[in-house]
Amino acid sequence: MSFPWAEHYAPKHPLMRYLDEKLPLPRLVYNAVGAGYPVPRNLNYFWNFGVLAGAALAIQIITGVILAMHYAANGTVAFDSVEHIMRDVNSGWLIRYAHANGASMFFIVVYTHIFRGLYYGSYKAPREMVWLLGVVIFLLMMATAFMGYVLPWGQMSFWGAQVITGFFSAIPVVGDPIRMWLLGGFAPDNDALNRFFSLHYLLPFVIAAVIVLHIWALHIPGSNNPTGVDVKGPQDTVPFHPYYTAKDGMGLGVFLIVFSLLLFFAPNALGHPDNYIPANPLSTPAHIVPEWYFLPFYAILKSFTGNFLGIAAKLWGVMAMFGSILLLFFLPWIDRSPIRSASYRPMYKWFFWVLVADVLFLGYLGQAEVTPTVVLLSQLCAGYYFSHFLIIIPLISKFEKPLPLPNSITEAVLGHPAPAAA
Amino acid sequence: MLRFFAPLIAPLVGLLFVCALLYAVIAAPSAPAAHLASEEFHLPPKDIHYSFEGPLGKYDNQQLQRGFQVYKEVCSACHSMRLVAFRDLEEIGFSKPEVKALAKGWATETPSVNPDTGEPATRKSLPSDFIPGPYANETAARAANNNALPPDMSLLAKAREGGPAYIASLVTGYADAKTFTKDGKSLMKEFPDFNTPTGLHFNPYFANLNIAMPPPLSADGQVTYADGTKATKLQMATDVSAFLMWAAEPKLENRHRTGLAVLAYLVIATLLAFGAYRNIWHGKKH
Amino acid sequence: MATLETAEDPNQRPPVIGPEHDEGQGPRRRDFLNIAAVAFAGVGGVAVVIPLVNQMNPSADVLALASIEVDLAKIEAGSGIKVAWRKQPVFVRNLTPAEIKEAKAVPVDSLRDPETLDARTKPGHENWLITMAVCTHLGCVPLGITPGENRGQFGGYFCPCHGSQYDTAGRIRAGPAPKNLVVPEYSFKSATSVQIG
Repeated sequence: MSFPWAEHYAPKHPLMRYLDEKLPLPRLVYNAVGAGYPVPRNLNYFWNFGVLAGAALAIQIITGVILAMHYAANGTVAFDSVEHIMRDVNSGWLIRYAHANGASMFFIVVYTHIFRGLYYGSYKAPREMVWLLGVVIFLLMMATAFMGYVLPWGQMSFWGAQVITGFFSAIPVVGDPIRMWLLGGFAPDNDALNRFFSLHYLLPFVIAAVIVLHIWALHIPGSNNPTGVDVKGPQDTVPFHPYYTAKDGMGLGVFLIVFSLLLFFAPNALGHPDNYIPANPLSTPAHIVPEWYFLPFYAILKSFTGNFLGIAAKLWGVMAMFGSILLLFFLPWIDRSPIRSASYRPMYKWFFWVLVADVLFLGYLGQAEVTPTVVLLSQLCAGYYFSHFLIIIPLISKFEKPLPLPNSITEAVLGHPAPAAA
Repeated sequence: MLRFFAPLIAPLVGLLFVCALLYAVIAAPSAPAAHLASEEFHLPPKDIHYSFEGPLGKYDNQQLQRGFQVYKEVCSACHSMRLVAFRDLEEIGFSKPEVKALAKGWATETPSVNPDTGEPATRKSLPSDFIPGPYANETAARAANNNALPPDMSLLAKAREGGPAYIASLVTGYADAKTFTKDGKSLMKEFPDFNTPTGLHFNPYFANLNIAMPPPLSADGQVTYADGTKATKLQMATDVSAFLMWAAEPKLENRHRTGLAVLAYLVIATLLAFGAYRNIWHGKKH
Repeated sequence: MATLETAEDPNQRPPVIGPEHDEGQGPRRRDFLNIAAVAFAGVGGVAVVIPLVNQMNPSADVLALASIEVDLAKIEAGSGIKVAWRKQPVFVRNLTPAEIKEAKAVPVDSLRDPETLDARTKPGHENWLITMAVCTHLGCVPLGITPGENRGQFGGYFCPCHGSQYDTAGRIRAGPAPKNLVVPEYSFKSATSVQIG
């Protein structure tokens, strides 16, 4: 599952040799993220984000397990138990703010990771499975984040649960029963809170398991690189350790600096004041918005305002919102251009940057107050989003004239053709 | 056949969504937004500065104690503070005996059970007790306040857009709707139908301009500060909002201190990591 | 046509794994930088563990010890009550003169945890034996405070878990427990009222 020139694990110490014979765990690590994994030498800083996503998950799991030691998943005490953590538990404020802002950092990192994949064509053959597993991780993350946001049982938690489970009521016939089944009642209450807690605790470990598959699938073809050109020989690669462990170590430092700025100096900047008000089923906050990382999808949801082809606007919105994520599953087959990296795709490159701007703007529109202008702009942006993936990408792969590719990674790095082998 | 049609699936699905959007744009234009007094005449919080702002911000214990006095003598008549315990007041500079005396002398007592009869009763509070609220429950609170619920104050400074400055602006911001102007425009001229129903009070800092709470700070000198600070309305409002910020975020100083230490560490660690990275990649073109 | 390139930039050294492969004068200084980076990161890792472990210690509200007041007026000689303090039970027992005499008759030196009854009660109130109701062996609540319960052969308390027996001064006399029942901090507010904690 690796290149033939990969370093081979050869333990020197008798203890390590014994362990290798009985339980080859060090060998596994060596081949996965050690010197035994040859990686293209030309990866840029955007390739740091995979490791950073793993680090963010680790932070979430560690702080989350600790919070669960002090949190009580019961509607009457959940809010107070979070405040107990903030006020009385030793370093509780630190751990809770780390968990709340850690979720944001996780999404920042994962969105960057996804857009890196889109730019450099990392979703294309032979890495389709890596991409599919990545989309599964993304969906699991969204479910986990949503259920986690419900747990403090503030106003935004409650109304978030109400609105998001409301999506399911858009499904004809079975919608309402499904919603009741999800909530265990007519509206979010203890039963919903308790099951969300249980699943919020479970899903991160499922994510961790899918990450193992994601990395496993990655190691079969090996990492993509900024040129998108296949690795041709040993001169194109360096061992993961120490080259990329060092680079990722530095990346982790920068990540933690950004994280600390948020955690220690603006811990509530990405939250919403209303979530410091205990859940009140009788009164909806004036302006409800989801967490920032859901805003682009929320804008898509809101942009479908007309009953079309006999399908209700509500159902269109929900289909579009789920569709906007699910279409990523088909991307490796929708994009038929054989060129991976956008660096050599003059047309795609432009559309890529339009997509980035489009998604960012959708995020802005997602939290903006609903006015006719905002609705119209969301409709335009949502239209571009779907056109980009479903119409533009298939079309340009037919008409685009790619730039000449370098013959090899090494040639691209050195700026001239590598001397031929003797 | 399939080979021919498969590439058409994605564009067709895409067109379907785009058409649904187009149809929404054409056939179902959204209703124009209503022209609302609460949008045009709402004021943003006043520009008030606090010692705890910024990455090095610290609470001013003198101010917090004054703010606590305002809470105790004014706000606590209607507003509870159920997440703050008397013992917490030691953090803002009260001594143990002072806290004990404050707890014992608090206007409302802590609910308890009569040990002889089992009937609900009250007892004097202890430092370990949470500050008892003025009402037994929400129904009692609404009954006493014309069906409005005075919100609990323990998290108020974090639960309102604008934070402490908003609270200070609100309690000092009562005005007369008849003569109120903003940017030279008169409220009554623009919205002749605007009125403040009986039992409500006009306040341009409040979201819908009419608030149930009567002006809590009626005159300068309403409380007498022990430290000799002149108790103007704005002073009392600033002090009590600072106190409420402490009540909502008691670990702020600790957070700022820890944050600076962590950042200093991380910057050095990252520089070292950068050095190691350059070192390891030395001579390797990439 | 050579498709496999093996040579490249002449300045390029082969991939180095350990610093021992390093060439020239650099190695020592470079070594130091790598080691310093890893060591510094390790220190940070250890520092992070401190709050993660410390969070399991009792929180501020638990440590804010409440004190309780106990009314002694209704406790007759020979009987006692169990009250809760700091989430733990406390025995408040009114000793009879016979029990006091019995406790005082025991030679202190012969005890596993030598203590006199006087040292375990307040002067002038030696009939009031106030102890934690927590067996010093493994923490069960001993029997003997409620009338009719087994008081063991020394007339004090008997722990049903592992058979420790305490005498009328709450001192360990038989069984596996190492220490006498702990006397909490308390004081008399009046002749009939005591504050524990």
